[in-house]
Amino acid sequence: MAINWFKYSAPSTFYALAGKLIPWFAVSAAMLFAVGLYIGFFVAPVDYQQGEFYRIIFIHVPASILSMFLYLVMAAYAALGLIFNTRLSAMMATAIAPTGALFAFISLWTGALWGKPMWGAWWVWDARLTSELILLFLYLGYMALHSSIDDPRRADRASALLAIVGSVNVPIIYFSVKWWNTLHQGSTIKFSGTSMHVAMQQAMFITLAACWLYAIAVVLARVRSIILEREHQTKWVAELSEVRT
Amino acid sequence: MKPRQKRVMFILVGIAAVGLAVGLVLNALDKNVSLYFTPTQVFNDEAPHGRSFRIGGLVEEGSVQREADGLTVNFAITDTSKRIPVVYKGILPDLFKEGKGVVAQGTVGPDGIMHADEVLAKHDENYMPPEAKDALEKAAAANAAVESK
Repeated sequence: MAINWFKYSAPSTFYALAGKLIPWFAVSAAMLFAVGLYIGFFVAPVDYQQGEFYRIIFIHVPASILSMFLYLVMAAYAALGLIFNTRLSAMMATAIAPTGALFAFISLWTGALWGKPMWGAWWVWDARLTSELILLFLYLGYMALHSSIDDPRRADRASALLAIVGSVNVPIIYFSVKWWNTLHQGSTIKFSGTSMHVAMQQAMFITLAACWLYAIAVVLARVRSIILEREHQTKWVAELSEVRT
Repeated sequence: MKPRQKRVMFILVGIAAVGLAVGLVLNALDKNVSLYFTPTQVFNDEAPHGRSFRIGGLVEEGSVQREADGLTVNFAITDTSKRIPVVYKGILPDLFKEGKGVVAQGTVGPDGIMHADEVLAKHDENYMPPEAKDALEKAAAANAAVESK
């Protein structure tokens, strides 16, 4: 069965589709969060070095992965918007930015809370921590630039360039622990496998999936509001039952 | 070329150019980006003189000695080829242990001893329960015993 994907690049059809999808993603995210955090906090064993302290990893690592991956997705949508001049791609990029910024902030915050008892410092200027901080600033800069230009189409183009240029930072974050001496330890999840006990791994992958589903649900909800806001003068919006009432 | 293809080229060339520029900058700043020097680098005179810097490595086995005041600690940082003795007065992080990772900040005097004003613990990326760690160590010891026979 061939699906006409271009059909969903029209804001009017995507608006309806997103509305149908949100509850599924939201409910499964809530369920996976509950299961993942339960396994992480009550089932997974203590660590031989760090005791109970390591358990913040079940929030820290998924948040960090999502902050980096969402940036790439945002830059990809921004690039699509520039290349094909589609309205929806640019709206998706703007919808992703706040969630990405939130995950970058959670990553830095939980990292500081973890660093103090284990390393002995809330913060060090090593390559991993600094490049993640730059990622947060890129998200904030993207949002600030977008909202500082009144014409939304021009705002899309200007902020798309910032998003694309900033994507250079993501591989730097990922490889920083390999390229330079850092206080931050190396990657636990590598392409070749993980160096982690099985129950710990399960908890981490489940909370990672939960963060994914949460991000999708929130971005879809946000893009629906953006669509309504930007297309408010069109006939199809005026005919929506939730707008008329 | 169609305008759309031009835009694709513009973006690809732009990313490549920015990536190259950032790569060259980071390459030039290599030493400043790294958080610490290894003991070997200090012996090769690559570390700065007369100002504070960080040394990272492992706490040498059997080197930790506490002085009578209970706060001053002497230990050595090693990268298994060179070692730097360190004097530190203060509270050590919980993970500070012989044979484990450590990063100390301070100045190295003419006597070759680092007077540290901050000692941080560096842990590795392996997570496992204590029983699994014991099992691994036993297996390693058994292997070593077999090989030495």
